[in-house]
Amino acid sequence: MRSRLNSLIDALLPVLATLAALFVGAVMLLILKVNPIVAYAALWDGAFGSTNALAETLVKATPLLLVGLGICISFRGDVINIGGEGQMIIGAVLATWVGLNFTGLPGWLTILLSMFAGFLGGAIWGGIPGVLKAYFRVNEILSTVMMNAIAVQFMNFLLRGPMIDPAQAQAASQIPQTARLEEIFRLPRLAPTRLHLGALIAVILAVLVYILLWRTTLGYRIRAVGQNPHASRYAGIKVPRYMVLALLLSGAFAGLAGAIQVFGVNYRMITDGSASGFTGSAGFNGIVAALFGGLHPILTIPASILFGALLVGANKMQRVVQVPSALITALNGLVVVFVVSSEIIRRRRQRRREAVAKRDDETPLTGNKPISQAEAGS
Amino acid sequence: MSESDKLPSGRTRIETLEMRGITKRFPGVLASDHVNFDVKSGEVHALLGENGAGKSTLMKILYGLYHPDEGEVLINGKPVRISSPNDSINLGIGMIHQHFMLVQTMTVAENVALGLPSSRGVLTDLDRVSKRIIELANLYGLKIDPSAYIWQLSVGQQQRVEIIKALYRGAALLILDEPTAVLTPQEVDELFVIMNQMVKDGHGLVFISHKLHEVVEISHRISVLRDGHMIGTRLTAETTKQDLANWMVGREVGFTPDRGQVQRGAPRLEIKNVSCGSDRGTPGLRGVTFEVCSGEILGIAGVSGNGQRELAETITGLRKTTSGQIILEDSDITGLDPAAITDRMLSYIPEERMRDGMIKDFTVAENMILREHEKTPYSRYGFLNLREISQHADALIKNFRIKTPSRETHAKNLSGGNIQKIVLAREIFRTPHVIIAAQPTRGLDIGATEYVREQLLEQRKQGAAIILISEDLDEILALSDRIAVLYEGQVMDIVPRVEATPQKLGLLMAGVHPEEIKQTSEVF
Repeated sequence: MRSRLNSLIDALLPVLATLAALFVGAVMLLILKVNPIVAYAALWDGAFGSTNALAETLVKATPLLLVGLGICISFRGDVINIGGEGQMIIGAVLATWVGLNFTGLPGWLTILLSMFAGFLGGAIWGGIPGVLKAYFRVNEILSTVMMNAIAVQFMNFLLRGPMIDPAQAQAASQIPQTARLEEIFRLPRLAPTRLHLGALIAVILAVLVYILLWRTTLGYRIRAVGQNPHASRYAGIKVPRYMVLALLLSGAFAGLAGAIQVFGVNYRMITDGSASGFTGSAGFNGIVAALFGGLHPILTIPASILFGALLVGANKMQRVVQVPSALITALNGLVVVFVVSSEIIRRRRQRRREAVAKRDDETPLTGNKPISQAEAGS
Repeated sequence: MSESDKLPSGRTRIETLEMRGITKRFPGVLASDHVNFDVKSGEVHALLGENGAGKSTLMKILYGLYHPDEGEVLINGKPVRISSPNDSINLGIGMIHQHFMLVQTMTVAENVALGLPSSRGVLTDLDRVSKRIIELANLYGLKIDPSAYIWQLSVGQQQRVEIIKALYRGAALLILDEPTAVLTPQEVDELFVIMNQMVKDGHGLVFISHKLHEVVEISHRISVLRDGHMIGTRLTAETTKQDLANWMVGREVGFTPDRGQVQRGAPRLEIKNVSCGSDRGTPGLRGVTFEVCSGEILGIAGVSGNGQRELAETITGLRKTTSGQIILEDSDITGLDPAAITDRMLSYIPEERMRDGMIKDFTVAENMILREHEKTPYSRYGFLNLREISQHADALIKNFRIKTPSRETHAKNLSGGNIQKIVLAREIFRTPHVIIAAQPTRGLDIGATEYVREQLLEQRKQGAAIILISEDLDEILALSDRIAVLYEGQVMDIVPRVEATPQKLGLLMAGVHPEEIKQTSEVF
């Protein structure tokens, strides 16, 4: 009973933290002489107020969830993947290339191949830092960030040169973008909105990642290596191999996020020279969503929707109450800070509970007869 | 006040310290139930008890880390209020924690000065601190260099820094919380010399331990705690180890387990001229040769750091050999990886169980399959079979009497003894052919120690060949059929148990050759 109450409080903590963040945001809005109730009403309306709004929220949440799923895997394996941006880009590039060139195949097959290409592209881009970490002890935080920079320039090069839209190549403007995907190669829409099949794929994958982490030997090993590489090695697990796999899988999910972004939303790749121009910073925000979801794939679903809603609703809020966009960024930041802090509170509560449980457990060791004696006696 | 009231450090003595009726409740548990305890100037009062008996709680109350629900503390007969460590330090109470509170990258003087106001205001006064440290070190016979960095010091020396730190802060009464747990036998002896000197000078010492022979050796009085109750206080001279053990555990304890007669079988594991490196780049093993037979326990004695770790790691495949051969039941396992060696029914109970034997954030059930998770029935086609895993865990929890709220409890929430039982259960339930047990009872209380030893003997009866690596000579002598002594990576000698005496083993452990021992014994 008590434990149920405790876990309920724990589950509510992030929600309370979000409310607290919005409260601080309200103070900031008041300083800007904006009525926070009006502002937050606009935010809510923008995120959930209509079918379209809701669909937009889910569209924004999809890449966050996919990247977040990968983050769940890598962070559980104690590998810090900051390379989601680059992995998304490479995944998108490879998928787009397949979608533009394998036009002779049936639509569904090309889509499937493209998604696989995206998965593969991300896997390669995550696998490289994985190998560097596992076998050459290169810090993965640095290497994944650097791989981001390489990916952006690689994309800029491809979109200006080899992969440029033939129409643009002829035109004077030379906009760095690929050709548009033909209609049959796009991910189907789920409703008369921009919501596409990718959102459903992401949710299904969340369940699959849950199964991977807690129901398969692969997930068991990734978690074991993440929690204690020493004991894993002693138990005969090849530690470096599972480090690589954790980062590789993490990259693969980000790569898929990139592919789905192209095939479900943009239908072409276009660059403004930066990574976020294509990813919308989903490669970073996905990390936050996964942490918000406690690195649990299923809980990452609502976490992604929350951040998707903040992104979409903030746009509306900005239009309605005319606040600077910096405030929106600050609001996002506040939510992150408060949620991370609530995680610390949750851990402290847990430690206190465990300390009590441990004392309970340690006290009476008496009457603990060894088996052999007990058996002999019976 | 007369001169004799002063301690060498200049501080006034604490003639008596009394704790009366101390009661401390934690949610769901009574950690300390109307406990009376007292220490006098010039004595070592040992506080004995199993893990969780309430020793630490009592001392943390005295040091101001916990607040008692009931009871009072009196110094020299006057009640005092201790609401924080600052209060207790001001009253002249010092505590040496089991885990040192030292900053590794700072010098001794910097550590001692840490947290104290400087006599020069904003400027440091490390020269004065150093002078005082040298003064104290001379007074108490503690050899320490104030300018040495902590990381350069051995564990024993670091402990001395902690003692100096307490003396520097004016401690008249010192609480030593399991001070010997981390020390080598030689360092323990050195600590005891220091403790005896301090007592002679008029300090009062509280010595917490669950090692009976140490308690009997150093203390004047002994108090035993069990389940938060004070069982009693006796003069050390009037008690026996057996009485104390029975008090602690609350029942009769067998010190020398019944080894029984076991027929020694065929050789199971042969180590032939094996050499390997160590983590420090120096040779770890140098041409080690021995064999272990079915139904036999081979004890490996030696001062730690003489190749024990390397020996266990080469046999289990965790460390590469540079030469030699390891034969397990007629097949050469030299150079195989750990998983392949495990598959040949070799089990390993690693020395550092929390680091190498166990994943703290995994559940008990998950830890139970650490070695065999990829095997049927625990998994098929890469998918874990949760039902089998649960049944397996429940069976082991029952058979090995592991005290855990459930199989889903995280291992880190269990006591040290129960964690070792999990490792033991996992490693021996499959009746392995060879077991390597490294320090299997280190840090465990008497009940758990007894249990682990019984289980090893049971495995011996089942025909396992067991290598027991231990620094505890009593343990080696109690369990082994033969004893090999490691010194600087070499086997000095292999002695049958009947011929082994602590003196003989001690000489071998110190690197004296067997021939020389024979000669000296002939001379006498």
